[in-house]
Amino acid sequence: MTLISVRDLAIGYGQTPVASGISFDVEEGDFLCIVGENGSGKTTLMKTMLGLMEPLSGGITFPGGMKGSEIGYLGQQTQIQKDFPASVYEIVISGRLNKCAGRPFYGKEDKDAAARSMELTGITDLRNRCYRNLSGGQQQRVLLSRALCASSKLLLLDEPVSGLDPDATAEMYRIVKELNDSGVAVVMITHDVDASLKIARTVLCMGDVVRLMTVAEYLQQTGGQGK
Amino acid sequence: MIDKLVMYLAYPFVRYALIVGVLVSLCSSLLGVTLVLRRYSFIGDGLSHVAFGTMAIATVLRLSNNMILVLPVTILGAILILKAGSRTRMQGDAILAVISVSALALGYLIMNVFAVSANISGDVCATLFGSTSILTLGQSEVWMCMGLSVVVIAVFIFMYNRLFSVTFDSDFAKATGQKPERYNMLIAILIAIVITLGMNLVGSLLITALVIFPALASMRLFGSFKAVTVSSVILSVVCAFAGMVLSIMIGTPVGSTIVAADLVMFLICCCIGGLRRGGR
Ligand SMILES: Nc1ncnc2c1ncn2[C@@H]1O[C@H](COP(=O)(O)OP(=O)(O)OP(=O)(O)O)[C@@H](O)[C@H]1O
Ligand SMILES: [Mg+2]
Repeated sequence: MTLISVRDLAIGYGQTPVASGISFDVEEGDFLCIVGENGSGKTTLMKTMLGLMEPLSGGITFPGGMKGSEIGYLGQQTQIQKDFPASVYEIVISGRLNKCAGRPFYGKEDKDAAARSMELTGITDLRNRCYRNLSGGQQQRVLLSRALCASSKLLLLDEPVSGLDPDATAEMYRIVKELNDSGVAVVMITHDVDASLKIARTVLCMGDVVRLMTVAEYLQQTGGQGK
Repeated sequence: MIDKLVMYLAYPFVRYALIVGVLVSLCSSLLGVTLVLRRYSFIGDGLSHVAFGTMAIATVLRLSNNMILVLPVTILGAILILKAGSRTRMQGDAILAVISVSALALGYLIMNVFAVSANISGDVCATLFGSTSILTLGQSEVWMCMGLSVVVIAVFIFMYNRLFSVTFDSDFAKATGQKPERYNMLIAILIAIVITLGMNLVGSLLITALVIFPALASMRLFGSFKAVTVSSVILSVVCAFAGMVLSIMIGTPVGSTIVAADLVMFLICCCIGGLRRGGR
C-alpha cells in the first residue's frame, strides 16, 4: 500500500523554489533516506509533506487513505524546548492528540499507547524525569517516542542523530531499524550517509536535480564511499 | 490582629475584594505558564496599557460599568498584536512596545484634555497602580468577575492537553492536526479577559507581575508541566491573599503589596531551586 505519494513537487519560501521536480512514493514499511548539502531543501521538503508549508506546485496525496495528521514527526529541536519544564511522559503522550478529536482528556488507550512507545524506544525508566535535565541522546529518544505515539505507520525524522555521540547514534539507528523491521515506514534526513545507508532501502538525493535511487545505485554512483 | 481581620471581614466590600483578588490571581497564574514558556511575558504588559487607554475613554464617557468597553477593546488589541506579530516584517516585541506606549500616552492625554474630575493625577495613579478601587467593587462587578473567571478556568482545563502540545512544539502539534493559530487566538482572548479583571486589583502597570512571577517561581521548583501549573496557581493565590490581608491590616496600597508578596515568594523559590541544584 502506498502511504504517501509526491508528484512533481516544487518547494520553497516565497516565490523562488528551493527544489523542484521531486517525485517519489513511500510504501508501507519502506525506508527512505534523504541526503543532500546544507540548504538543499531537505527540511523544507519534510515540512511540506507534513502540511506545515504549502507546496509551490505539484501535489502530495495519500493513496492508502492515511490521514495527513497520522504522521509521526521528529523535528530539529527548538529553543523553547531546551528549558521546558515537562516530564517525559507528558511529552510522549502528547503525540496521541491526533486520535483525540473532540475529547479533552486522554483515555486508557492513549495511556497504553504511550507506555508501549516508551517501551519500544527504551525510555520507560525515564518516564517521570524532567525533559530539560536529560542528555541530548535521551531527549532525541523522547521525541522519537512521541513521533511513534502519533503514528505506527509512517515516521518522518529530521536529522535524528545530530549532536549525538557515537554510542547514542548507534543506539538511535538500532531503534529506528527495529521499528522499521516491525513494519513502520521511515523517511529520514541525514548527513551521516555511511551508517544510515546500511539500514535504508532507497535514497532521495537533493540538489540541483533531485534523484531517487536504490542504495546500491547510490553507492555505485558515488564510488562506494557514501559521499 | 485576628480580631481586626474578623472585623474587616464583616464588611461585604472586603469580602468582595478578597474573592476578586483570589480569582484574578488564579486565572492569571494559569495563563502565565504558557505565556512565559512561549516568550510572551510582555503581551500582558502591552495589553494592560491598551486597557488603561480604554479605561481613560470610559472615564471620559462616564460609563457606569467600564468593563463593558474595556473588555472588548482589550480583546481586540490582543488579536491585533498577535496578527501583526505574525504577518508583518516588524518584530513581535517591537509591535507590542508600539501599541503599549501609544495606548499609555493617548490614555493619559485623553484623561487630561477631557478632565472629568479635579484630581487627574489621583485618577491616573489609581488606574496605573490599582489603588483602592478594588475596595469599592459593587456586587454586579463581583458577579461579572466570577463569571469570567469560571469561563477562563473551564476553557483552560478542557484545553489543557492541547495547550501543552502547542506550547511545547507548535510544528509537531500542527503536523498532527492541531491548529496552533486557533490556540494562540484563544490564549490572547483569555489573557485579555484576565487583564481586564486584574486592572481593578493591581492596576495596569503591575499586572505583568501576577502573570509571570508564579510561573517563573514554579519553574525553579518543578520539572513537569502539570506540577508547574498546579504550583503556580497555589503560590499565586496564597500571595494574593496574603498581600491583600496585609494591605488591609497595615494600610498599604493593595496592588503593590500583592506584587511585593509575589516578588518575595519568587526570591524564596529561586533560593530553594538553587540549593537543590547545588546539593545534587
Ligand atoms: N523560514 C525561512 N524563510 C525563508 N527561507 C528559508 C527559511 N528556512 C529556510 N530557508 C531557506 O530554504 C533553503 C532550504 O532550507 P532547508 O532548511 O530546507 O535546508 P536543509 O536541506 O534542511 O539544510 P540542513 O542540512 O542545514 O538542515 C535554504 O536556502 C534556506 O536559506
Ligand atoms: Mg534541515
